[in-house]
Amino acid sequence: MQTNQIFLLFCGILLLLGLVAFFLGRAKAARVRGAGISMYAQPDQYAWFTVLSTAGPALMVGAIGAFVMLLLGAEIPTFYLLSGSLVVAAVGLAVGVMQVRPEFHARQAIEHVIRLLLAGAALISIFTTFGILFSIIFEALRFFQKESLWEFITGTTWSPGASFLEAAGRAEEGSGGGQFGSIPLFAGTMMITLIAMLVAIPIGLMSSIYMSEFAPHRVRGIAKPMLEILAGIPTVVYGFFAAITVAPIIVDVAGFFGLDAAYNNAVAPGMVMGIMIIPFISSLSDDVINSVPDSLRQGALALGMTNSETIKHVVLPAALPGIISASLLAVSRALGETMIVVMAAGMRPNLTANPLEDMTTVTVSIVAALTGDQEFESSATLSAFALGLALFVVTLTLNIVSVVMIRRFREKYRINDL
Amino acid sequence: MSHSFDEISAQLKRRHRKSARLKWMSMASLGIALLFLVVFFADMLNKGLPAFQQAYVQVEVDYNEDAETMGRAALDPEIASLVSRSFERLIPGMIRDDADLLGTTETRWVLTNSQVDQYLKGHRNELSDDEKAAIDERVEDGQVDMKFNTTFFSQGDSKMAERAGIMAAAVGTIMTMLVTLAVSFPIGVMTAIYLEEFAPDNRFTQAIEININNLAAIPSILFGLLGLAVFINFFGVPRSSPLVGGLTLALMTLPVIIISTRAALRSVPDSIRQGAFAVGCSRWQVVRDHVLPLALPGIMTGSIIGLAQAMGETAPLIIVGMVAFIPDVSASFTEAATVLPAQVFTWAGEPERAFVEKTAGGILVLLAVLIFMNATAVMLRKKFERRW
Amino acid sequence: MNSQVAEREMTSMTSQRTGQPVTRNEQVGHDLSVRVRDLSLWYGEHQALHNVNIDIYQKNVTALIGPSGCGKSTFLRCLNRMNDLIRNVRIQGRVEMDGRDVNEPKMDEVALRRRVGMVFQKPNPFPKSIFENVAYAPRMHDLVSRKADQDELVERSLRDAGLWEEVKDKLHQPGTSLSGGQQQRLCIARAIAVQPDVILMDEPTSALDPISTATIEDLMDKLKKQFTIVTVTHNMQQAARVADYTAFFHLGEIIEYNDTKTMFSNPHTKKAEDYITGRFG
Repeated sequence: MQTNQIFLLFCGILLLLGLVAFFLGRAKAARVRGAGISMYAQPDQYAWFTVLSTAGPALMVGAIGAFVMLLLGAEIPTFYLLSGSLVVAAVGLAVGVMQVRPEFHARQAIEHVIRLLLAGAALISIFTTFGILFSIIFEALRFFQKESLWEFITGTTWSPGASFLEAAGRAEEGSGGGQFGSIPLFAGTMMITLIAMLVAIPIGLMSSIYMSEFAPHRVRGIAKPMLEILAGIPTVVYGFFAAITVAPIIVDVAGFFGLDAAYNNAVAPGMVMGIMIIPFISSLSDDVINSVPDSLRQGALALGMTNSETIKHVVLPAALPGIISASLLAVSRALGETMIVVMAAGMRPNLTANPLEDMTTVTVSIVAALTGDQEFESSATLSAFALGLALFVVTLTLNIVSVVMIRRFREKYRINDL
Repeated sequence: MSHSFDEISAQLKRRHRKSARLKWMSMASLGIALLFLVVFFADMLNKGLPAFQQAYVQVEVDYNEDAETMGRAALDPEIASLVSRSFERLIPGMIRDDADLLGTTETRWVLTNSQVDQYLKGHRNELSDDEKAAIDERVEDGQVDMKFNTTFFSQGDSKMAERAGIMAAAVGTIMTMLVTLAVSFPIGVMTAIYLEEFAPDNRFTQAIEININNLAAIPSILFGLLGLAVFINFFGVPRSSPLVGGLTLALMTLPVIIISTRAALRSVPDSIRQGAFAVGCSRWQVVRDHVLPLALPGIMTGSIIGLAQAMGETAPLIIVGMVAFIPDVSASFTEAATVLPAQVFTWAGEPERAFVEKTAGGILVLLAVLIFMNATAVMLRKKFERRW
Repeated sequence: MNSQVAEREMTSMTSQRTGQPVTRNEQVGHDLSVRVRDLSLWYGEHQALHNVNIDIYQKNVTALIGPSGCGKSTFLRCLNRMNDLIRNVRIQGRVEMDGRDVNEPKMDEVALRRRVGMVFQKPNPFPKSIFENVAYAPRMHDLVSRKADQDELVERSLRDAGLWEEVKDKLHQPGTSLSGGQQQRLCIARAIAVQPDVILMDEPTSALDPISTATIEDLMDKLKKQFTIVTVTHNMQQAARVADYTAFFHLGEIIEYNDTKTMFSNPHTKKAEDYITGRFG
C-alpha cells in the first residue's frame, strides 16, 4: 500500500512536470517568435520536445532501476529510485527549455524519438518469441538435468505421478521416481490429430470447392461467413460439446456395433477438433483455388471438359501445393489444441491404435503437470516445459515448411502469368 | 472425322453423370459443415436456455430463536429439504441485523435447491418419491414456480449449483480484457506503423515480419508457459490475477492486431501520403494526420476481432492459474480472478447434473458476447469500407 | 433457299443501320460453318453486341478486326459459349451450327466446345507434361483407346502444330518449361488433338515475339486445310496476311464483312477505310 502511494505520487509529480514543461517550452518559443525571429519549428513542437526531454529520461531511469532490482536482486528502495528519477525529470525540463532556440530542429528531434519508440514497439514481438523460446528451453534444460533425454524420446511409459513424492522427500513411498517416456503422449496426440484431419480436410476442401467453383454467388455470400462462425467458437465450448454431447453418441454407436468405447475416447475430441478446423482449411483452400489462374480453367473448358473434370484434372493438381501447405498448418493447429482434449480426451497415457480407447495428449499432460499444488522444481512440473519445447519445435517446423511451400506456389503462378 | 452434336452428346451422358457426383459431394460437404453448426447451436440452446430459469418455492419463514443459530429451524421441516442451503445460511444474519424480525413470520419466495430445480426441468435428480410428491403438490398450488434466474447474472461461483453465477467471471473477463487491450493495442498499432511507414526494407525488418507470422501460429498453450515462466516466476506478477492473464493474452493478440493494422495502413493509397509530403508534412505528421484517420476503421475492426479471440481463450489462462474458485466479485487487477471461458471449464468439470446447465448457460452468454463483438467488427468494416 | 432469304435480310438490316451498302463475298464452293443472326449481348445493363449477323465459311480463316473494346472477343466467345462463365450475361439471337442454335437449352455446351476449340491470348498450358497437355483431352473424349493410338495422335497433333521437332525428346517435361511461342503452339496442338470443326483464336500472337508470330501465322495457313479458323487480331497486317475473310467491328456492330482482299484494298464503308488506313483505333 505504501509503495502504491509513493508510485501514485511519483506519477502525479511527473505529470505536473510534464505540463510545466509543455507550457514553459511553448511560452519561450512564442516569445522568441514574437520577437520576430524565425524558428525551425512550431511553438507546439518545441513544447512537445520539452515534455519529451522531461519525461523520457526520468521514465528510463525508473525502468532501468526496476530492472536492476529484478535482475540483480539489488535492493534500491523504491522511494529513492522514484525521487531520483524525479530529479532527472527536473534536469531534463531545464535542459529542454534551454534547447528552445531558433536554430534547434525540434520537429526532427521529435520525429527521431517517435521513430525510436515505434521501432522499440516492433522489437516486443521479437522479445516475445525469444521469451517463449528461452523460458521454455531454460526450464526444459532443468528437466533434462533431472531426467534422461533418451528416455524422454524413446520411453513408452509416462507416469510423472511418483516423482513429486520424491521431490517432497518421500521417495520411498513411490516406486522410485517418475517415468517420463513421452511416446504414448505423442501417439495419443497423433491419433487425435489424425482423426481431426480425416474430418477437416475432406469436408473443408470439398466445401471450398463447392463455394469457389459451383455455388451461386448468393449461396457463397451466406455460407462463407457461416463457416467462419465455426472458427470463432471458443475451444472450451467445443470441449464441452465433445465431452457432453458427442462422446456419449460415439459410445452408443460403438455399442450398436458391439464395440466397447470409453467415454473419453479419442474419436469424440478428434471429430470435434476436425469440425473446428473445417473453416480454417476451407478458407485457405478457397484462397489457393481462387489463385489458380482462370486461364487454366478456360483452357480446359474450351477443350470440351465438364466443370468437374476441369476441377479434378486441372484446378486441383495446380492448387495441390497450396492445399498441402494449408493442411500442414491445420495439423500444427490440431497438435497444439488444448481445451478440447483436456475436456474430452483421457488423462491416461495409453499406447494403443484403438481410437475408441481413452488416451492422452501432449497438451493435456502440460496442463495436468501445471495445475494442482505441486512443487515447481519437481520433475513432474518441469516435464511440462520439456513437452512444450517439443510442441514448439514441431509446430514451428510445420509452419515454416508450409509458408515456404505456399510462397513457392504463389511465385509459380506469378511467373507463368507471362 | 467430325461428329455431330447428337453423337457427342450421347457420348457425354456418362461423363456428365460422373461429373455431377463431384458437385453433389462438395455440396453435401458444405451441408454437413453447416448442419453441424445448426446442431451445435440447437444443442447449446437446448442445454443452456433452462439455466436462465430457476425454481423458486414459496415458504413460511418463522424467525424463531432457534433460527438465530441454525437457519433451518425457521423453515417447515417438510419443505426445508427443498430449499437452497444458501438461503438457510442467510437467516441467522438477517435476524442479527434486524432485531425486530425475531418472533415474526413472513411468507416469501426463495430459491429451491438444484435437485428440485432439475426435477422440475425433467432432468436426473436425487429426490425421493415423497419429496417429488410434495413438490408436485406445491406446483399445483402455485407455491413452486420457475422464475427468471437473476442469481445467475448477479453472483459469483458457488459449490451450490442453484447459487452459482457468472458475475465474478464477467468482471474478471472485463478486467483481463482491459489489460490485454491496454498492452496489445498501442504496441500492436505502433509496430504496424513502424513496419508499414517507417521501417527500411532490411534484414531486421524482415526478421520482425517473419517473427510476427510465426508468433500468430504458435499454439496458445505455449503463451501460457511463457506467462508462467516470465511474468509469474521472473517478474513476480501475482498468479491467477487479471494482470498476468491480460499480459499473457496481450502477447497472443499482438500478431492479430499487427497484421490487421498493417493491412489497414496498406489500403490507404500512396497518393494521400504523397499529397501530404508535398505540403511539407514530416513523416510522423503524415501518419498521424492523414494515414491513421483513414486506417482507423480497419484498425478497430482488427482489434475487436483480436480481442474477441482472446476473450474465448482458455488454455494459457489455465496455465497462469486463472481457473480459481471465485465466489465474490472483485475489481482488482492483482487479486485472483477468473474469466468466462475458465468458469465454463470449471463448471464443465463439476459432476453434478445441474452444473451441465450452468455450463451451457455460461457458454450461451459467452457466445452472445463474441457474436456481438464480431458483428460489430463486420458492421464497422461494411460501413467504412472504401474503394480507392 | 432459306439461307438466301436470311442473307438478304441481313444485308438490308445492316445497311439500314449504317447507311452504307454491305458487300459480301459471293464466291461459291465455300460451305457455311457458323451462321450468326441478330446476335445481341448484354453485360448487365451494358450492351456489348448489337444485332451481329455473319456467315463463317468452312476451311477458311476469318479475321475479326476493330479497335479495342469493340466486341470482337466477346463475339468470338459467343461461338463456343465461353461467355456462360461470366455472370450477368444475357444473349439474344441465333448462332447456328449444323442448323442448331448453340444457345438453345438442349444444346450441351460441353459438346459444343468439343467441336469448337479455342486458343487464348496468353498461352495457358496445363501444369502437366507436354505429352499430357496434348493427350489429356482426346483421352477424356474417348478418341483414343490404345496406348499406341494415343502416342500417334500426340505426335500427329504436335507435328500439325509445328512443334514436334522441338519437343520430341522432352515430351515428359512440364508444358510450362517451353518458351512463350512454343507454349502457344502447344496450346494449338492441344486444341487440334480433339479434332474440332472450328478453332477460335483470341489474339493468339499478341503476347509473342515477331518470330513466333510468323510461325503461328504460317501454321494458321496450313491448318485451314483441315479446320475452320476464326481469329481476333489487333494487327491489321496479320489479318491481311492470313485471313480469307475479314469482319470489321466497331462499338459492338459489324460495320463491314468482306473478303480480305476487298476489305484492305477497297473497303465499302468509310469507317472501315478510316480504321484500316490508321485514322482511328
